[in-house]
Amino acid sequence: MAKVKKISISYILLHICMLILTLICLLPVILVISISFTTESGIVNNGYTFFPSEFGLEAYKYIATAKDTIIDAYKITIFTTIVGTIITTLTVSLYAYPLSRKDFKYRKFFTFYQFFTMLFSGGLVAWYMVCTTVLHLSNSVWALILPMANNAWYIMIMRTFFSTSVPDAIIESGKLDGASEYRILFQLVLPISLPGIATIALFATLAYWNDWYHPLMFVTEPKLYTLQFLLQNMIAKIQQLSENQTYIDNSGALLSNIPSEGARMALCMVALGPILVVYPFFQKYFIQGLTVGSIKG
Amino acid sequence: MNSTTNIRGNLKSELAKNVSLFSMLVPGFILAFLFSYLPMFGIVIAFKKYQIGKSIWEMPWTGLKNFEFLFTSSNTPIFIRNTILYNLVFIFVGLVLNVGLAIMLSEIREKIISKTYQTIILMPHFLSYVIISYIVLAFLNVEHGYINTHIMPLFGKEAVNWYANPKPWPFILILVHFWKSIGYNSIVYLAAIAGIDTELYEAAEIDGANKWQKITNITIPSLKTLMIIMTILAVGKIFSADFGLFYQTTMDSGALYPTTLVINTYTYNMLGQGGATGIGLASAASFFQSVMGFILVLTTNYIVNKIDSESAMF
Repeated sequence: MAKVKKISISYILLHICMLILTLICLLPVILVISISFTTESGIVNNGYTFFPSEFGLEAYKYIATAKDTIIDAYKITIFTTIVGTIITTLTVSLYAYPLSRKDFKYRKFFTFYQFFTMLFSGGLVAWYMVCTTVLHLSNSVWALILPMANNAWYIMIMRTFFSTSVPDAIIESGKLDGASEYRILFQLVLPISLPGIATIALFATLAYWNDWYHPLMFVTEPKLYTLQFLLQNMIAKIQQLSENQTYIDNSGALLSNIPSEGARMALCMVALGPILVVYPFFQKYFIQGLTVGSIKG
Repeated sequence: MNSTTNIRGNLKSELAKNVSLFSMLVPGFILAFLFSYLPMFGIVIAFKKYQIGKSIWEMPWTGLKNFEFLFTSSNTPIFIRNTILYNLVFIFVGLVLNVGLAIMLSEIREKIISKTYQTIILMPHFLSYVIISYIVLAFLNVEHGYINTHIMPLFGKEAVNWYANPKPWPFILILVHFWKSIGYNSIVYLAAIAGIDTELYEAAEIDGANKWQKITNITIPSLKTLMIIMTILAVGKIFSADFGLFYQTTMDSGALYPTTLVINTYTYNMLGQGGATGIGLASAASFFQSVMGFILVLTTNYIVNKIDSESAMF
């Protein structure tokens, strides 16, 4: 009996629901893109629209000829993202590998040492005090890198990757050949754990690129602003101005320093664009990491 | 003679092996010590009187003073209520939405289309809350925002100053939360559905069950344990709020606090205010959050352990 796949009304309805949902996810981003391509007069006359009412590249030209602040923010963001991702991936892989080795006696203790940080924390104030008064991280580029470089959850994911995808025989053969532990890790184990490395590196890249929290806590010097923090700072300034109407009247100079609405949205696109472009290619690793992540500690 | 050198050699290589394995742990160990364990000891600041320029260990003890201030402050009932109510909505509405979406995605037969839907629905998860605050501003900007320039006139209504009007914000924040998180949270359930034995569905088909009956009698019961566990684990985090959602999306507008102030934004604001009062209140609130969080996580994990020890965290 041949199975006939009939397309029922409910199946069509299902697709319509999903299409609406994907539109809900996409339209807000499209609105921001559209604003960034609309001229100032278009915005003043028609407000924000999902399709540029008057198309113009003013906003992007403004950014291309931007002042040092934007260029600096770009440099800092790229620096922290690259250096941070390398340090995080290294720290996590190095810590996770001994934990995955069944012949390593103390692995239970060292696993718990990391796992406990997921259960209990000193809270915001104690963390902030330690970072500023003990470690003196205020206005240091390391404040944007080191606090995120160790992550118990990444370590658990990586440990699972090592213990499920690396056969013991490979490590044994390395030992028989007289290779050192570091050589076994870097030349035998890591090359066959690339999907795991990619997952951790992807998580880390996104976390560093999107980070505004650490600059908010530790940075006051404009030279160290990241893109995200520059954006946040801009919006906070405008918010302050609009909350205090009298302030606005005698601060024409302050206002003129703030880019136009279109330019703000264009800057937003500059921070968001790279993620949108790269994301579909890495989504596979992301989902992989998520499903592996739900394992016992 | 030969055997003693052998033993000595074994011992040496054992030590050498352990030394290199230990050395791999060093960076992660030190970083966790500095950024996680030192603050755990630093939590005693909640019982101290803050003095500028002194380290936590040098400040004088002040007993429960900070907590007295915290629990007599008029903001405290507001942020505790907001934190718990938002979390309850996120947990229970989220449960329905996430499971619902996972089932819908699993019903789609065309592999490529299903993958495309997933990719798009997961996308908002990758945007930072700063970017999201710009997106929300694009809708809610008083002068040119989409809602004020296009939607309000449709209903013949005046423009609204959204960032000064606390009433609609529970709705806005809930919407933003689900917009960002639904794709991410439904993946866990989608993976579980993919793991259900297909023979169950085939047997049901032979018995003449329709799609709907298969969902209610096979899919949902198979997800029951996972649903219970995810819910209990989320309840364990009921005293913590997503700082980005409540701080960035609202642009920290003071006028909105009655409906938007949560424990994390309160702590941050008090910390920013500084001085003995500000830091005292912030440290008491963050102590309260850490300890309650710890107790709740241990309790909920204990319950999960009773239900299904495989799914417990430890």
